[in-house]
Amino acid sequence: MTDIPSDTRTAAPSTGEEGAAPRARAVAALDPAAERRRARRSRRYRWDMKWSPYALIAPFFLFFIAFGLFPLLYTGWASLHRVELGTPTDMEWVGLRNFSRLLEDDFFWNALRNTFTIGIISTVPQLVMALGIAHLLHYRLRGSMFFRVAILTPYATSVAAATLVFVLMFSRTDHGMINWALGLIGVDAVDWQNGDWTAQFAVSSIVIWRWTGYNALIYLAAMQAIPNDLYESAALDGASRWQQFRHVTIPSLRPTILFTCVVSTIGATQLFGEPLLFSQGASPTGGSDHQFQTLGLYLYEQGWFNQHLGRSSAIAWTMFLILVLIGLVNWAISRWIRRSA
Amino acid sequence: MASLKKRGAGRQLHGGKVAYAVLILFTIGSLFPLVWTAIAASRNNTRLAETPPPFWFGGNLFKNLEIAWTDANMGTALINTLVVAGTITVGTVLFSTLAGFAFAKLRFRFRGLLLLLVIGTMMVPPQLSVVPLFMMVAEFGWTDQLQSVILPTLVSAFGVFFMRQYLIEALPTEVIEAARVDGASSLRLIWHVVFPAARPAMAVLGMLTFVMAWNDFFWPIIALTQGGEPTVQVALAGLGRGQIPDQSVIMAGALLGTLPLLIAFVLFGKQIVGGIMQGAVKG
Repeated sequence: MTDIPSDTRTAAPSTGEEGAAPRARAVAALDPAAERRRARRSRRYRWDMKWSPYALIAPFFLFFIAFGLFPLLYTGWASLHRVELGTPTDMEWVGLRNFSRLLEDDFFWNALRNTFTIGIISTVPQLVMALGIAHLLHYRLRGSMFFRVAILTPYATSVAAATLVFVLMFSRTDHGMINWALGLIGVDAVDWQNGDWTAQFAVSSIVIWRWTGYNALIYLAAMQAIPNDLYESAALDGASRWQQFRHVTIPSLRPTILFTCVVSTIGATQLFGEPLLFSQGASPTGGSDHQFQTLGLYLYEQGWFNQHLGRSSAIAWTMFLILVLIGLVNWAISRWIRRSA
Repeated sequence: MASLKKRGAGRQLHGGKVAYAVLILFTIGSLFPLVWTAIAASRNNTRLAETPPPFWFGGNLFKNLEIAWTDANMGTALINTLVVAGTITVGTVLFSTLAGFAFAKLRFRFRGLLLLLVIGTMMVPPQLSVVPLFMMVAEFGWTDQLQSVILPTLVSAFGVFFMRQYLIEALPTEVIEAARVDGASSLRLIWHVVFPAARPAMAVLGMLTFVMAWNDFFWPIIALTQGGEPTVQVALAGLGRGQIPDQSVIMAGALLGTLPLLIAFVLFGKQIVGGIMQGAVKG
């Protein structure tokens, strides 16, 4: 392929050609035009080697900086200002007042508490169930691919579509699907939306429904990577199936479990669409009594209903700090696990 | 598919009756809300207010779908979402592959630092950039235009990391060196060596990105407030706000917005499952 690079192509001369350099130079000496061509080609080659990595990452970084990094940092700047929704370019410096207001704000603490409790009620059952389902899927099964695809369909359903359906199913009167089913076993109709815990449970159930199958597949993938001889030697030691699950499967899955915990926690911290649409008329208050208003909803309410973009930014940064805190705890736990292993 | 072959290495115990029973119950739980959406969409508002709730299809499905298509703007929304999710998928896959390849196989200054920047922002929630994005969109006059939801999500840090992890193993450095020896420029190298090697991971990333872009909610309902050019999720949020009081039409809207992805799941379910499971092992 030594004759490939022509003038119109950007192709560079090969190192193989450089190996044949003495002969090439002899030819080139006879032909100044060829000499110039060769020089141009090798210049182009060097230029290509040096700059093409930057050209390859440039499109990504262009968008990443403009729409990812810059807004990220600018949120911090905006959180130190008074910014109104209608006139976002008029920024008035207020220092840390947005943050200090937040600390005195009952609705903020309420939203923080709700985010935490909904996060627990949605994440813990979700991951425990996913682990169990993954364990069952790991058996040799007929139609195992059918089960896998079927349990993943909720993941394909959007938050909005899922929530609209669940709102109808959690309808307060006894014609709602859930209340009707409860009525069959003699339980009185529950006013899901207006209750404190009931609303949080209903919102969590949407999250659980959408993500359990997905997490089960993640666990299943990790289970398939566990070497079989671990189970064999456990079986030789007389371990029952349950003991094998406890003493072989779970320890081997620790990194994956930690990973899903982190991802679910991040998701729970941002919870937004489910509580928004679960609320009557998609109000950002999270129920008549703010009983299921999450931090994400409160940020939206402050920014786009109360028109305080500065305060909204302060809430965003507070959420970020919470996530960093969770990240540090996670790092500490994983270090502890590695040390004990 | 690697995940299928690997199954032999795992446990080979056959599932008992209990395993099947539990899995079937769980599958019913996963599918029931979707099936019931279709049932509710085929009834009318009065029937949905009666006890017991309907468990079989009625005759109003097409009428309700039609009302949702026009009155709830689902027709426009579906086309818009196809444009938005399609563009985002192409952009993310293409730019992630290029950058992922550079990070995996090429040497350049600040490579480690830039990669750290990418990984460090991977888990940052969208809430943290939404206020400045809103200000930018207002400044550029993009409010209620589709580019306001396309451009901010056109690239993904996760995508770059994902492609890098894949290409480190899937693309042997010797192959690149051989192509260089043959005088291939970077452009030809990418076209003839990198893209073919990256194709399986590009497909996985494409599917994940499309689902994510189709279902994206938080930023679109902020950027597309006036509802002139809604995406599916924005139109559904309008239904949640009580734009149309008829519950069966709301369910028809939810069905319309979910159907395209459900069809994709029926057609490519195996590949999507494989993709998620491979992604899990790689990540």
